[in-house]
Formats: sequence, structure tokens, C-alpha cells
Amino acid sequence: MSASSTAEAPFVPKTKVGSFTNFVDERVGGSGILREFGRKVFPDHWSFMFGEVALYSFVILLMSGTFLTFFFDPSMAETHYQGSYTPLYNVEMSVAYSSSLNISFDVRGGLFMRQVHHWAALLFVASLGVHMLRVFFTGAFRKPREMNWVVGGVLLILAMAAGFTGYSLPDDLLSGNGLRIIDGVIKSIPVIGTYTSFFLFGGEFPGTAIIGRLYVLHILLVPALILLMIVIHLFMVVVHKHTQYPGPGRNDGNVVGYPLGPVYAAKAGGFFFIVFGVLALMAAAFTINPIWNYGPYDPSPVSAGTQPDWYIGFVDGALRLMPGVINDFHFEWVIFGRTLTLNVLLPALVPAGIIFTVLFMYPWIERWVTKDNREHHVLDRPRNAPTRTAIGVAGFTWYCVMWAAAGSDLIATHFHVSLNDVTYWLRTLFFIGPVIAFIVTKRIALALQRKDREIALHGRETGRIVRLPHGEFIEVHAPLDEYKRYKLVGFESPAPIPAQPNEHGVVTGKEKRRAALSRWFFEDRVAPATPAELEAAHAHGHHEAIAAGEDQKSLSH
Amino acid sequence: MKALSQKRRHPLAAIALLLMGLLLTGGLYAVATTVNQAKADTTSFSASDVEEGGKLFAANCATCHGMGASGTQDGPSLVGVGAAAVDFQVGTGRMPMQMSGPQAQQKPAQFNAEQTKQLAAYVASLGAGPAIPEEHLLDGKGDAANGGELFRVNCAMCHNAAAAGGALTRGKFAPALAGVSAEHIYEAMVTGPQNMPVFSDSNVTPEDKRDIITFLKTIEANGSPGGADLGALGPVSEGLFVWVAGLGVIIAFTIWLTSRTS
Repeated sequence: MSASSTAEAPFVPKTKVGSFTNFVDERVGGSGILREFGRKVFPDHWSFMFGEVALYSFVILLMSGTFLTFFFDPSMAETHYQGSYTPLYNVEMSVAYSSSLNISFDVRGGLFMRQVHHWAALLFVASLGVHMLRVFFTGAFRKPREMNWVVGGVLLILAMAAGFTGYSLPDDLLSGNGLRIIDGVIKSIPVIGTYTSFFLFGGEFPGTAIIGRLYVLHILLVPALILLMIVIHLFMVVVHKHTQYPGPGRNDGNVVGYPLGPVYAAKAGGFFFIVFGVLALMAAAFTINPIWNYGPYDPSPVSAGTQPDWYIGFVDGALRLMPGVINDFHFEWVIFGRTLTLNVLLPALVPAGIIFTVLFMYPWIERWVTKDNREHHVLDRPRNAPTRTAIGVAGFTWYCVMWAAAGSDLIATHFHVSLNDVTYWLRTLFFIGPVIAFIVTKRIALALQRKDREIALHGRETGRIVRLPHGEFIEVHAPLDEYKRYKLVGFESPAPIPAQPNEHGVVTGKEKRRAALSRWFFEDRVAPATPAELEAAHAHGHHEAIAAGEDQKSLSH
Repeated sequence: MKALSQKRRHPLAAIALLLMGLLLTGGLYAVATTVNQAKADTTSFSASDVEEGGKLFAANCATCHGMGASGTQDGPSLVGVGAAAVDFQVGTGRMPMQMSGPQAQQKPAQFNAEQTKQLAAYVASLGAGPAIPEEHLLDGKGDAANGGELFRVNCAMCHNAAAAGGALTRGKFAPALAGVSAEHIYEAMVTGPQNMPVFSDSNVTPEDKRDIITFLKTIEANGSPGGADLGALGPVSEGLFVWVAGLGVIIAFTIWLTSRTS
């Protein structure tokens, strides 16, 4: 059993299980893969796990969704409900709605599976969103991960598409109202709008084709694309290796953490069951999308409290915020006999367009501004990139204002305020909210940086007040240990890069714009404490411990 | 007494005292409210009802509605609104109105059933109007499925498909309908209180109204088959729940998983 003997002679397994696994291994090379992946190191931090939550939610979606396909019938043929829910007995409805009701009331475990599927869908998009926020605010999208950031953005759009197509399938009043809004948005697109709508619905809305078409998209095309994107995404994670938070011994050339096998793999595997358990608990105890409340779809009634699922909410909110008329200015124009409804077209497409355009372009914008072409594997703490953090919070605030607008009616009823006032306030916040958020966030980030610098140089406040012989009181500051101090001083603080001439000696207009942006990004900066400053402060501190003098005043505050 | 004074410093003494106080006040309140809810057994009005109602009206309602209910700047004339309107407004506590506002708010009824009946008798005597509905229309034994369809077409745009209520403009709102008595639902339909339109018998027949009441009572009795209904408010409360509770629990687990044991 010595190493040399196994290296020379071919391995001969002694047990039956051994020979079986050896047979497989010799053909698929499993041990090589395991050796490679088992040694892969992952840094440990709770904020790194949201992508995992999204992945597990997707797996749960595939499993629960498969169960639902056994019983769901996407036909829009008319039928009279004969199931066990009496308030809808013998009501005329589509086969799709009838089969959704049967899943809920007459298929064993059907309601539970429907609720698992829907809760998992909400959690899928939510964890995706939080994962993207984490990646943005820590600067994990920088080289070499820009393309993976784009893949993540595509995944977000696909997740929203998967969610919306699924939301529409039960063909109840709520989902029908949602489809009607989508139909209206499509029809507001100039020239091609009506044609697209007729193509999609197979004629005038609602027609008899849309549920079947959405079903194919929902169970075939969109999940396949999501799966493809997940594979690309994870492949790139393996190629790039995982990022890590700054800390002693961590740099852009290494990854500090635990190897995948065995502990991390066990944790990750267990985490799948935790996510599944949480979703199962939610599905068992809390109802979601009670389709029996809404009744069959009929284009005439629109129920109060009609909203899309949360991830489409910001578009719905933007539609609600848009005025049709400002004083005498109408947003609906008739040009050459064609109606152009800007009050639908603008809110439905422009905010979402801006959000996704900036989201996709941001890595390149920052790369252009900073002229930074290095690889980054150590993350930024959000406070150490004040302008980026402020941009992110401004964008998030903008999103949240639109998001809140989708629930404006519920804000009005639950806080006993006027719906009109809610709308006026949200309209105002739509414009000034991001500006305020930007300024406040940037100031908070800079203040936190100053606090870090203060602590790095002078230590933390101990709360111990000492009276000096001549009567003065000072608070004793305890110096930080080196590990904690590293976190406070070990970061990059880029300075503005002025406009530079190109190879012809010309400062181009583009370069001037870049320089202006660079100044805007980095002119307010708190530089990390340098070793020299630390040395000076350190000597100062020793001095403080042994003697009391005039210079102590500077230490005590 | 000695035993009591010895035990007064017991750690549970404060809790025991609190419990006793709560039981006492709660009990008194329960007695007081049941006295107030004593139900009138008949809907036919006598001459003394009208007379007593007139006195109550003069003392409690005439400030705004005027003597003889002829109306003032602050309140409309009640001639011809009928007994049903009075029974709804006074019976649900909306009148006498607590404060001016976009619409009268519900509050605990200020008059008991007997007094409400007397007020209704007085107002009904001033001019013909919708009467208090007959018992057989309120029994909740109609066709729930037909009622559901009528509810979705006529009522859901304000009251929500699950009757959970909804917002109207400028602070007005359509209330949730769970817990509203069949009598009050019917009266609301025929009189159109606050901002609600009138659903006259030619729009929605009495039998259809009975079906709507049956539907509302059925979904109220059914409860929520899928678990806690989160207010039956639709995707907003579901989204809020997944972000706060769902993601919150998940984050707690991620912190636990990545915490170091040493």
C-alpha cells in the first residue's frame, strides 16, 4: 500500500464496491474532477450566499413546476367549473382556470405545490436582486467579472419574464388584468404596437391563444435560457475564482477561505434543504395568489388591489405615477390619424430602460472613468467607494419610489391618507428622491471613512475617563490590533485623473468629459491613513501613556 | 390578610395584579357592550317608536341635519332616505359622525338596537324610502356562485375581489366587508352610503342581493384554504412578506452558516 507501488502498478480494487467505482472512475474521471473542485477555495461571508439562494430557489421551481405541469391544462376553451369550491360552482370559465382550481382544491398536495412554486418564484427574483446589489456595492463587477455581471443582468430579466409568464397562466381575474396592462403597453408602441399585440394574442385581446403560448414560454424557452445562463454564470465563477472581502493576508493574487470539500460542500448542500424548508414552511402556513378569490377572467371587471408580483411592481408603479394631462398639456397625441399615447409609452418603457441600460453599462463606465485595467479580486467596502455607493443607492431609491407607487392604494388605505397625496408625494420623490439619496449616501460614506481613519490613527474609545494631575479629564483610547487596523487602512482611494493628451498630443473632448466625470467621482475623498501617519500617531499614543502635556488635548477628542 | 401582605413582594405579584385588573375591566366592558347590543325583535314601527325617535333625533342629529331632518349646510336632508339608511348609518356607528372628513368613519355604535329602531321609525315617517330588508333576503342561503359573479362585476373594483377593501380618491375608501352583518350589506346596496352608488332593485334584484350576501358570507365562513391570508391584499402583501419574513429568515441562516465556531 505504499505510494510507490500504486504509482507503478495499476490500481486493483479489493472490494466489489471498489471495483464498481473504479470502473466508473476510469471512464468519466470523477476523481480528477473531485480533486480539482474539492480543493476550490471559497471565502466565507453571509453576503456571498444570495446567489446560492437564487440557484436553490430555481431548483425548487423546476421540481414544483414539473409537478404542476402534470395537472395544468393551458387551454382557453370554455367550461363550467364542476370542482369542490362552491362559490365558483358551475361558473363559466376557461379550462386553464378550472384546472388551476382543481390543482388547488382537488389534487392531493396541489395547493401546497402551487404555493411552494409561487413563493419560490418570489424568493428567486428577490435573492437575485439582493445578490446583484451585493455585487454592485462591493465592486465585484470589476475586471475580470464585467461579462459575468452582464450574464447576471440577463438572468434578472429572464427571471422577471419567467415570473410574469407564470403569473398569467391561471387565467384568473388578477392575471388577466395584468395581461391587459401588458397589452396596453404593447399597443402604445408607435407603428408596430397594434400588430405586435394582434400577433401575440392571435387577434384581439384576450383571444383564445395567449395562455397556451405563455405556457410554452414559461415551461420551455425561458427556463432553458435561465439554465443556460446559470451554467455560463457558474462556469465564469469557477474561472475567475470567488472575490473576497479585504483583510490581512488577502490580496488580488490569492483566495482565502475554506476548500469546497468536505465542510463547505456539506454546508452548501445543507443550505439547499434550509431554503427548501423555509419555502415549504411559507407555502404551508401562508397563502399566496388565492386564485379562487379573483374568479375567472372577464375583461370588464377590474378588482381593487390589482397589482403584479413584486418584481414587475416598479413598472406598474411608474404607470400609476404618470399624469395623463399636466395643466393643458396632453400626453396623448394624434399624428396622421394615429394615436400616440405617451402617458403609457413613457412610464412603461423609459424607467425600466434607463435602469437596465445603466445596470449593463456600469462596469464599463467606471472602467472608463478610472482608467483602471487591473484585475480586482479583493472587494471594496461600500464606504470606500463613496460615489459608486451613492450612485447605487440613488438608483435603488428611484426603483423603490416606483415600487412603492405600485402599492399606492394600499399605502392610502392602511395609513389613512389621501390616495392623491400619496401620488403627488411619490411624483415629487421620483425626481428628487434619487438626488437626496445620492447626497446623503455620499456624505455618510465619507463620514464613515473619516471615522475609520480616526480609529486607525488614534484607537477606539474605551469609555474610561482619566483625570490628569493638573485636573484635566481625558478619555483613554485603546490602540487597535494590527488585524483590525488592516481593514481600516488597506484600501485603494483613487484620486481624480486629469485629462491627458493622446498620442498626437491632443486632449480630446471625450477625454475632457472623462476627466470631468473622474473629478465628480473622486474629488471628495478621504485617503486611508498612511504608514507614516500611523507611525506618527503610534508614537503619539505611547507618549500619551507615559506623560501628560498640552498636546493631550488633541487626543481627547 | 397576613398571608396576602407576605406575598405582595412575590415576583409574580405584579403579573397577578395586572391579570386581575385586565379581567375586571374586560369583564365590565363585555357586560356593558352586550347590554348595548340588545337586539330589537321586530322591524315594524309603532307610534311610540316614531315619537321617541323624534326626541332622539332632536337631541343628537338635528345640529347638522336640521329640525325635522330638513337639512342644513352641514348635513343633508333626510326626508325620504328611508329606515334602511338610518339603520345602516347609526347601526354601524357612522352616525352620529365622529368628525368631518372625506367620509364618515365606522366606530362602535352609539345607540343600542332599540334606539336605532326608534330613529329609523322617525326618519321613515318623514317620507317614503328604502325599508329595512326582510329576513328571508338576509339568510345567506342564496346562490353563492351567482353572487360571486355579481360581486366581481359590480363591487370588486372598489371593495377588492376578496372583499378586503380598497382606496378611492382623496382619502375616501371602500371598507373591507368581513364582519359586516347581512342586514347592513343589504342596506348599503339599497341606500348607497358615503361614496357608494345605489344598487336599486331594478339594477340588482333583491334575490341577486341575497346571492351577493350569500357569496360574502360563504367566503367569510370558508376562511383562507391556503393558510394565513396576509390581509387578502394580493401581490403587495405577498411581496412584502417574502422580502421581510422569507428573505429575513434566509439571511439569519446564512449568518449562522458562515459564523465561525471557534
